[in-house]
Amino acid sequence: MEKLDTNCPNTWCPGCGNFGALQAVKGAIEEMIASGTAKENIAVVTDIGCNSKIADYLNVNSFYGLHGRSIPVAEGMKLANPKLQTFVFLGDGAALDEGISHLIHSAKRNSDINVILLNNRVFALTTGQFTAVSPKGLKGKSTPEGSIEDPINPLEILMASNASFISRGYALKVQHLKKLIVESAKHKGFSFVEVLQPCVSFLNNMQFYNEKAYEAVNDDPSSKEKALKLIKEWDYDSEEKVPLGLFYKIQKPSYEELMNKVKTEKEADILECLQKHS
Amino acid sequence: MKKTKTVPKEYSILIGGAAGQGSRMAGLVIAKIFNRMGYNIFIHEDYQSLIKGGHNFSQIRASSKKILSHKDEADFILALNEDTIKKHKEKLSKNGTIVFNQDKISFEGGVGVKIETIAKESGGLSIMSNTALIAAFAKIAGIDWRTLEDVLKKEITKGVEKNLEIAKKAYASVESLAKIEKIKNKPKPLLTGNEATALGAAKAGLENYFAYPMTPATGILHYLAGNARELNVAASQLENEISVINAGIGSAFAGKRTMVGTSGGGFALMTEGVSLAAMSETPILIVNSQRSGPATGVPTYGGQSDLLFSLSSGHGDLLRFVAAPGDAEESFYWAGKLLNMAWKYQSPAILLTDKDVSESTFSFDEKILNKVKKEKFSEWSGKGEYKRYLNKANGISPMAFPGQPGAIVKGTSYEHDEYGISTEETADIVKMQEKRLRKFEAMQNEIDKMKEAIEISGNLKSKKAVICWGSAKGAVKEAAEDLGFKVIRPIVIQPFPERQIYEALKGVSKIISIELNSTGQMEYVLNGCGIEADQRILKYDMRPFTAEELKIQLKKA
Repeated sequence: MEKLDTNCPNTWCPGCGNFGALQAVKGAIEEMIASGTAKENIAVVTDIGCNSKIADYLNVNSFYGLHGRSIPVAEGMKLANPKLQTFVFLGDGAALDEGISHLIHSAKRNSDINVILLNNRVFALTTGQFTAVSPKGLKGKSTPEGSIEDPINPLEILMASNASFISRGYALKVQHLKKLIVESAKHKGFSFVEVLQPCVSFLNNMQFYNEKAYEAVNDDPSSKEKALKLIKEWDYDSEEKVPLGLFYKIQKPSYEELMNKVKTEKEADILECLQKHS
Repeated sequence: MKKTKTVPKEYSILIGGAAGQGSRMAGLVIAKIFNRMGYNIFIHEDYQSLIKGGHNFSQIRASSKKILSHKDEADFILALNEDTIKKHKEKLSKNGTIVFNQDKISFEGGVGVKIETIAKESGGLSIMSNTALIAAFAKIAGIDWRTLEDVLKKEITKGVEKNLEIAKKAYASVESLAKIEKIKNKPKPLLTGNEATALGAAKAGLENYFAYPMTPATGILHYLAGNARELNVAASQLENEISVINAGIGSAFAGKRTMVGTSGGGFALMTEGVSLAAMSETPILIVNSQRSGPATGVPTYGGQSDLLFSLSSGHGDLLRFVAAPGDAEESFYWAGKLLNMAWKYQSPAILLTDKDVSESTFSFDEKILNKVKKEKFSEWSGKGEYKRYLNKANGISPMAFPGQPGAIVKGTSYEHDEYGISTEETADIVKMQEKRLRKFEAMQNEIDKMKEAIEISGNLKSKKAVICWGSAKGAVKEAAEDLGFKVIRPIVIQPFPERQIYEALKGVSKIISIELNSTGQMEYVLNGCGIEADQRILKYDMRPFTAEELKIQLKKA
């Protein structure tokens, strides 16, 4: 078995949802390696936030980037080396506040990266402020009387951005989540796995998820209509049931595949270019 | 016998029209005619931030000597619209000629040509009236039909026969007033600074380019996208400059030589990435082509007001290479050189160019080609356990890339240990900061030894020295050399080539600093080395210097 842990001490709060996510990620990587993916071809890019410490805890290639900017780093890596199985781990603050433009455009260009949104629906490492997916009325230090903004539904945004793989897991359903991550890695093109997870310190909704989250059955993931129905079942604010699973999946050529068509092994032909200038 | 005026072996032609009339392309064709006849070329482009209408013009200078700037005076004014005559007729030289579009303009004097009628009667498109203007000019200037025909055949991609028919009619419709002679020089490629930058980087092994469109750097994106196959470069247009710099860093981290390009406002968005490149020790070449600021400024005009911003870009204690080329050959050389140095030192490097280098057209001497190649960098041997930030004596840790068997490569924006794992321990923090400091010292040492980090020209014995940088090169050199001044021009500006500057200033008793900004930014840099300018010539109307205007000011110095 590959050693996937580093010697870095883990500093997540006891009971943090990230532990379940980490377990699922490690399980997924082990399964990928067992089924033939070379370990050196696995790369993770992380952002800033509690979740992104996963770069320090995983003994694989990693780039621990800036807040909100992990997605473009991963896109650059994938373009440079299409053999890399490139995962992005980032939180809701990074993906949906600071860096939402990158998320939308990455889905739009169908970059062949696997974006794993570790969604605790709160800024945790900065001690509890609302994010784009916090429930309305969240009391934090920046909103002592409760946040006054409605949350957005990121999966609807991804549908509108023409993402080719959209799914949702729950950090405490480790096996189910692991399967989704393995599936997302197999998908050629942009894939998105939302991982709902409680934040034990600033938004502990574990009981709500335990009660309401369920594994939905989608017999036709290529149907936009069916996907949207599942996606809209829960609006990130209400106490409705929360579907999990693969919601949408279609095949189309990836950005890197199309961009790298010009590449050959030859060197730049400067003289050929200069001929056009005299 | 035709009447022939005496003309020098240097010509200045101004061609103007509304945006959309194609004056720029017509100007380039005229430049190529002179190029074919053996002349050295410089074209200055003046255009507004609009797509149709307004007033755009190109100033083409053709000379038997090497020239890097335009002239105020024009020997020929070619007018597609009335504005061209109104705005520029004062600049016509004593023996100069105005050739104008007689279908649109009524003007006494000069030579009117019904270029639109000629195009229409031949059944051509209205844009083909430009061909008629070019041909009429060629005849008036005494350029033989054969030369004109050769150039038109090469430059026109659509409707060649129709264009030649129009050209023939226009050529026959006017008399020669001059006889511009051929010079025994081999024609050279005509390149903009942006095109030269793209080619220089490609020669040094560029594989990925990322950009968001922004004048005056957009030409690099267009050129690399248009020549992707020839140059083996993927040119990606991303959603904003923040994405651009981060994708660039990702691409370099995964092992591909990478460049990004922008102008001041876009560079402002990239600066967090400059800091990331420094901390993660990822090589990245950033082209910052200056235009007038602050803020949106005057978007399609030039200036040199981002020097201090570039020198201090990125938060935290860090050093970056900054070099400012003064023409196309230097753009080629320094794009390549900086890409190599970025890789050698695993650092951000900034090619600080500006509108008047980026978008001006130069005769390009191909001798520079052999001076740029893909140079080696410190690579991991493949033996033992890999540490991305191995604490080497010179501060440079060997590089491995994700995908390389046997290595776990961990790059990071956090302070880190040798493996690239985050740290908050004081000993680790100090160790890594000092590793980077030793690298900065090595960067400074490299520049201290680098002869080409500055250029000294003009009268080397003069006690009066002009200090300038970047695009001011052409006009300053010409003016100062004519007046017998010494010219000292730092090309690398960070790390600053202090040793070479001190050496160059030996025996100098008066320093005149010349810049295209309002605060004298290079003077701040010089002050930091204890050097004070005695006089400053600053221009901030966002137009480039000409040698003529500088001579008037320098004569007083």
